[in-house]
Amino acid sequence: MAGTRLIVNGQSHEIDVAGETPLLWVLRDTLGLTGTKYGCGMGLCGACTVHLAGDAVRSCQTPVGSVGSRKVTTIEGLSPDRSHPLQLAWIAEQVPQCGYCQSGQIMQAAALLTQNPHPTLEEINRAMNGNICRCATYQRIRRAIQRAAQEGA
Amino acid sequence: MSTETIANRREFLKATTGSSAAYILGFCLPGRAHAESRSEGEAAIFKPNAWLRITPDDRITILVENPEMGQGPRTMEAMILADELEADWSAIRVEQAPVIPEIYHHLKTGGSGGTEWAWDNLRQAGAQARETLVSAAAERWGVAKADCRASNGAVLHDPTKRRFTYGALVETASKLEAVKADAVPLKAPSEFRFIGKPRPRLDVPAKTDGSAKFGIDVRAPNMLFAVMARCPQFGGKLVSFDAAAAKAVPGVRAVFEVPPIRWLQMGNFGRDINSAGGVAVISDSTWAALKGRQTLKVSWDKGAGDETTESLRKQLLKQAAAPPSYVAVNQGDVLQALAGSSKKVEATYELPFQAHATMEPMNTTVHVRDDRIEVWSPTQIGEIHRQEIAQLAGTPPEKVLVHMMFCGGSFGRRYQWDYVAQAWQVAKEMKQPVQLLWTREDDMQHDFYRPYSYHRMSGGLDERGALTAWSHRIVSTPIRAVFDSPEELKDPKHVASQELSGARVIPYETANFRLDYAPVHSVVPRAWWRSVASSFNGFAVECFVDELAHAAGRDPYEFRLSLVPETQKVADGGDAPLDTSRFRAVLKLAAEKAGWGKPLPAGHGRGLACFYSFDSYIAHVAEVSVKEDGTIRVNRIVSAVDCGTAVNPDGVRAMTEGAINYALGPVLTGEITVKDGAVEQSNFHDYQVLRIDQAPDIEVYIVPSNEKPGGMGEPGVPPLAPAVSNAVFAATGVRLRRLPIDPQGLRKA
Repeated sequence: MAGTRLIVNGQSHEIDVAGETPLLWVLRDTLGLTGTKYGCGMGLCGACTVHLAGDAVRSCQTPVGSVGSRKVTTIEGLSPDRSHPLQLAWIAEQVPQCGYCQSGQIMQAAALLTQNPHPTLEEINRAMNGNICRCATYQRIRRAIQRAAQEGA
Repeated sequence: MSTETIANRREFLKATTGSSAAYILGFCLPGRAHAESRSEGEAAIFKPNAWLRITPDDRITILVENPEMGQGPRTMEAMILADELEADWSAIRVEQAPVIPEIYHHLKTGGSGGTEWAWDNLRQAGAQARETLVSAAAERWGVAKADCRASNGAVLHDPTKRRFTYGALVETASKLEAVKADAVPLKAPSEFRFIGKPRPRLDVPAKTDGSAKFGIDVRAPNMLFAVMARCPQFGGKLVSFDAAAAKAVPGVRAVFEVPPIRWLQMGNFGRDINSAGGVAVISDSTWAALKGRQTLKVSWDKGAGDETTESLRKQLLKQAAAPPSYVAVNQGDVLQALAGSSKKVEATYELPFQAHATMEPMNTTVHVRDDRIEVWSPTQIGEIHRQEIAQLAGTPPEKVLVHMMFCGGSFGRRYQWDYVAQAWQVAKEMKQPVQLLWTREDDMQHDFYRPYSYHRMSGGLDERGALTAWSHRIVSTPIRAVFDSPEELKDPKHVASQELSGARVIPYETANFRLDYAPVHSVVPRAWWRSVASSFNGFAVECFVDELAHAAGRDPYEFRLSLVPETQKVADGGDAPLDTSRFRAVLKLAAEKAGWGKPLPAGHGRGLACFYSFDSYIAHVAEVSVKEDGTIRVNRIVSAVDCGTAVNPDGVRAMTEGAINYALGPVLTGEITVKDGAVEQSNFHDYQVLRIDQAPDIEVYIVPSNEKPGGMGEPGVPPLAPAVSNAVFAATGVRLRRLPIDPQGLRKA
């Protein structure tokens, strides 16, 4: 799909890859946006979560050819200066340990708060259940989302 | 590349270009400050030792040796050094120390030992710099050093109210003979400004915006991407392959065989690195490499290829009754005491293989150049990889530059040599940097798993319910057999040596104590999984104590306290002594905070376990509820921790929370099984790790202490499974003797 246009974090890119290529590898290998992580390649772990027209999607399961004109937002584009309420809350609650899954966690949580600015604990668990953290920072993730919901609204 | 990598490269080049021998000497000799020869106009740097640089702009750079895998060494090490230095925290930045083992001796971490190592070394390093800076100020002012003091990044002369910032003293301090590191006065704990107070981690902000660089994120000019096809069967090998279709995939640059690497001898030290080889597909993108691999036609020789979990279990059960290969402890006469006891309790416990399943799968990037080899790896053992690659390549170690990248988790997996060796094997065929990536499936099916273990326990109680005998037979697939030479493996004590921790030194007093061991062969590679043998021995020991308590008709908490002496150091020479007073203290604290003994609703239960490992003491109280269908929910864990001095208490909390959750997965769901010599699981759908909806509420209480810091990466793991298991018993009356839990066994009839 030579000459295909992809809009990522507000920037337009001309890319030359097969349409079946997962968005994940286009972001990481073609565009050098390595904040979005590979974890399972099967949509099981959520490490590759990005926003497609505002919705959280697994970029490892999203063929780049299916993106079309929809805008892609990655962790690098969530805020220009690490100022998104969730990023601030992640720092305040000291969520990350190894940090590898946290881009996906934050992007998933950001989509949740857009749809549901004040989620209950149960709603947080349900929305975040597809995102694995092996350091298992889950308790802090819950607290950070609640904090962002309070402070970011 | 990040600025960090560039800084490291500069350091490396200086260290390896013979002409700067003076530079290296000054850099590594802890006792000597030096003025680095420098050209006109270049700013001075005060480098009293290898871990610290202060520049005239008051900036302080601390070089951290321990790899960052999530456990927070960058912040913790900086806190230790900065405290003695009397630094202004806002002036501090941290870099990963370059992999130059001639200078740095702890460019690896394992056994939860990072903080223990840092404690003495970095306090001395900070104090040495502080004392030298104070001397420099005294010299500049022409006053007595005794009238000067260091405070918050400056030296003060109180009598005249004069002040020099550290930056202003760089020039003078660089020319002074540094105070000897082992002769400097260290602060009393009451004077600590950073140590013991929660401090936000320095690496956290970069981990919220995608800018933190893990091994997998390395991107170099003209870099290629590779994956390998590996024989699914352990012990199998490549017969032939047809690469025609793979080579036709757009983007694929090369397809070739990667030979196996087994024994690697490095001077006096040798080891089986267990790299089975395979077929590499090198491409200009990860996706093309994956597509290429899909189309490969490979024929494997499956080797023995017939091991199954069931066949392995049969061997374990057989060995549980066979004569032991090694008797680790034989105190008193266990058989006689058991025969004479008024109550004899017997139980067996079984724990399966577990994968590490780090979120960042194995990967390494290598660039083989004409004059040197550059390696970027998420690794626990940077210094070993330098030696390993030098040995494999037949090149001097100084020509190998290893960059220790952020690790996306490790839990012991990145203590291995296989994935780095393979990356070098692939890259040396190309004249460009190559990143070898393991897919999740590669990672899960070619791990070095926690050993499979089986435990046969016997205990005796007298008429008063006191413990008269304790017997523990461990049967496992030993770690040593995976790595060591046939000569070393002739010694049964050596074979058993990685399987006994947590079973040999126990706090429960009895006159008759026996621990013995029998190994079982398996084709499945094993190694160090978070907390190693303590992860299975902790389960056996702490479940069995609970069983004994119930047999004695005693409360499990009271029973434990009755068996643990008030103050005693228990040791057998193998491990650091267990201090029973500290053990009792965490036991009491956890019980108190959890409301031990308070009533719970029907279907709920509370369980306790307490364990000493890696020089730290942790007690967990678990609260669970069991549904009609037998599924359990862990609602709450209350944890009491004595890790000696908690350098960064928030880090201690984070490690405890993480260890609890990490250990809970294998209680509820996760298990690696084998069929036809290969692992059956391949991804997170069939190897289920803990998810957020299963994560309990956790409370962590830290015992105030001025003892030397113990480890914290692992000690939270061993007591978790037994605490939950004991809670399930309290809720249901059913003992869990094999994990993960089988809900069938808990279903109400």
